[in-house]
Amino acid sequence: MPTVNDTVWREQDTTPAAIEAALREMLIERHAESEFYVPARVLNLICVVDRDWSGEIANRLRAVGRFHPSRTIVCSVSPNRSSLDAIATVAASAHPEPGSLALTRETVVIDVGARHIPHLDTIIDPLVVTDLATMVWAPHGHWDAVDALRGMSQIVLLDSVDDPDVAGALRRATGLLEDRNVVDLAWIRSAPWRERIAASFDSPARRLDLVRIRGVELRHHPYSGAAGLLLCGWLTSRLGWKPAQLTRPEPGRAEGTVVGPGGEVTLTLQSVPLDVPGLSGITLRMEDGSSLSLERGRGGLRATRRTPAGVESSWTLLGASRGEGGILGEGIRQALMRDEIYGPALRATAGLLA
Amino acid sequence: MTETNPLSEGLERLPVVPTTLVIFGGTGDLAKRKLLPAIYNLAHEGALPERFNLVGVSRSDMPHDDYRGMAITAIRAFSRTKPDEAVLEKLLDEIRYIPGTFDDPEVYERLGATLAELDASAGEPMARTFYISTAPEFFPVIVEKLGEHGLNLNDRADVRIVIEKPFGTSLAEAIDLNRRVLEVFDERQVFRIDHYLGKETVQNMLAFRFANGMFEPLWNRNYIDHVQITAAEDIGIGTRAGYYDNAGALRDLVQNHMLQLLTLLCMEPPVVFSADEVRDEKVKVLHAIKTPEKIDEMAVRAQYSRGVVAGVEVNGYLDEPGVPEDSSTETFAALRLEVDNWRWAGIPFYLRTGKRLPRRVTEIAVVLKPVPHMAFGGQNVPPNQLILTMQPNEGVSLSLGAKVPGTRMTIRPVNMEFLYGTAFISQSPEAYERLILDAMRGEATLFTRNDEAEAQWRICDPIVSHWESHPRRLAQYPAGSQPPGVADRLLLEGHKWRAI
Repeated sequence: MPTVNDTVWREQDTTPAAIEAALREMLIERHAESEFYVPARVLNLICVVDRDWSGEIANRLRAVGRFHPSRTIVCSVSPNRSSLDAIATVAASAHPEPGSLALTRETVVIDVGARHIPHLDTIIDPLVVTDLATMVWAPHGHWDAVDALRGMSQIVLLDSVDDPDVAGALRRATGLLEDRNVVDLAWIRSAPWRERIAASFDSPARRLDLVRIRGVELRHHPYSGAAGLLLCGWLTSRLGWKPAQLTRPEPGRAEGTVVGPGGEVTLTLQSVPLDVPGLSGITLRMEDGSSLSLERGRGGLRATRRTPAGVESSWTLLGASRGEGGILGEGIRQALMRDEIYGPALRATAGLLA
Repeated sequence: MTETNPLSEGLERLPVVPTTLVIFGGTGDLAKRKLLPAIYNLAHEGALPERFNLVGVSRSDMPHDDYRGMAITAIRAFSRTKPDEAVLEKLLDEIRYIPGTFDDPEVYERLGATLAELDASAGEPMARTFYISTAPEFFPVIVEKLGEHGLNLNDRADVRIVIEKPFGTSLAEAIDLNRRVLEVFDERQVFRIDHYLGKETVQNMLAFRFANGMFEPLWNRNYIDHVQITAAEDIGIGTRAGYYDNAGALRDLVQNHMLQLLTLLCMEPPVVFSADEVRDEKVKVLHAIKTPEKIDEMAVRAQYSRGVVAGVEVNGYLDEPGVPEDSSTETFAALRLEVDNWRWAGIPFYLRTGKRLPRRVTEIAVVLKPVPHMAFGGQNVPPNQLILTMQPNEGVSLSLGAKVPGTRMTIRPVNMEFLYGTAFISQSPEAYERLILDAMRGEATLFTRNDEAEAQWRICDPIVSHWESHPRRLAQYPAGSQPPGVADRLLLEGHKWRAI
């Protein structure tokens, strides 16, 4: 028996008004079917994707599970298309439990042409749920579409590691942050690392060590340099270090020295083989020769503390991997919570690249 | 830089100090169904302290490995998230178990040695949180033994104790238990748990009241006519006859959960949202409730009889396994209370709770006064009602008068409804997850303070005493039916109970 029950509408050479009317009609229809069907009203998500790769994005969105936006509008871009085709779906659990709610999720896929992009707002605006926050995601680099939707979106979802030009990606995020909230999946992937590093220095005794950090060695997936830089930017901004430009002595390695309240701190970022995007490990070295390392491991991060005398102790900082589906879901959840420390970390990161 | 941790600013999950959590009653039902799954979920989310150890203490004699096996089974059965095998294995890798009776000094010697060993392994003294989830008669025993063995204090780390409900079964017991606990622990170390307060929807009441300016002008005796607080269950007592027949509906739900709801509804806004400020305001509300005197005028009780629930015939209370055939324990209780202060004077607060009612619902209905003049041809339009629903579908609903479409000016009530489930993506954590984390952090806002527990008992104790000294065959209501008519006796003129 199917667990999800879809109501589908489709039309070729259609208009935004027709799509909007169809959505409204389908919602009334679903509610008439069962009073337990209630539309979720949290967030609009607009995805602008290349038509050839839209399936991959659809798969990623399916994997976010319960952290789905209320209304997802996918603009599938073909270079030469001149008319709009659309498929709208209102999906809900096929078997709502008596006495409980069954939230509906609405998805609209619109085939658009490159010519539509500069005025995409005129197509999308009638389709978003009014008064809900609207987030834009352009995973295939349609930044012109993000610009076109500037007036109607409050949040931009991006992944700084998607762009091979790390400096350009971080500059773009800084620009977007001027008038919109930015949710950066690279930043979200670093959250468990930031939480664990913060916890390691949380006791009053350990807090004293923060000014005694003399070296940070960060290991990351070859394509996750941006994530590593953002973590260094976060440490730099939080600990009052003065950013200075990093150099690249060899491919996959960046290094440099920043100055903090306690003295100089050397930063090293090294790309290492890793199965999944993100960070592999970090070592923080203190002036007395002690160190703290966190490494990605089974069941969480493996922590190793080494005393000045070289005595080591290790333990696991428990936490389940969220997987890439979980990261995207977390990005959608974070859309409604402005992260006030991302901006300073991003600016400090820019200082490391200047 | 050393006063606060600059790295923790802006993080969604704030650090918790390295902690060893000791569960007394570690093989009990609560541990299996709630505590161990909650601890697993905290581990899954990465919310446990950087260093964390778990120790179970209970009477069953078993080695560490068997306890680990029991914990794995319990977590797999009751966790809200599907366990990640690697996290589960690591969480329980070093779990310890200490068998023995709670009055046996050797248990505490072994516990002390285990805690010292875990501290040595961590290379630093770890905070200790003792969670007492045993039968209530062991609460003072465990507290005193912890004190005798010097486990109540540690010069180099925090020591806290979490005490499950019920916190006494009468005012005298609550006072005695408080005295015995506070002879060993400081109040700041004590966390009396009422898991209702860990529920997101209960906390949402504070947000609803104090983050929305539109309700505050109405939130007083000038605009509110009366309030009804309902906690109805459709289930019977199941296999809990041993507990329930001694407790009854009043002790089971009114003394703790329902009075918590009442205080959150009536309290003044705290200056800051800190543990003592919030609890000070709640205690003021409890103090403003008159000690009940004419019990039969303000409290009623009843028992469910044989009936039909969801099409299935079910036992009456007296037929339930383990219930004495002459039991006069109430399965339904209703009260009328008044909060005698400037804001609420003269407003009746009706509370009712019961088992085997038509459906499961916990709600607060705030009924506003009718409009002073109805211009639409003498129609009897019901006054506005604001309904705060805690379960099953958490939300807020406001009934409004609206014109029926057509040529005549006919008014009928309609609902403007907000459902939490439609507006937030996040899954609410289990109440125990939040409360365990708060206790390890030393954050006491969502726990009951000593004076609060006693003030709750001051209201319920005279009713319990009166009912116990007047055992009799109680009014009956068929299982699955609306609450018994006997509750109507409490209503002031013009009021009527909402249908469940």
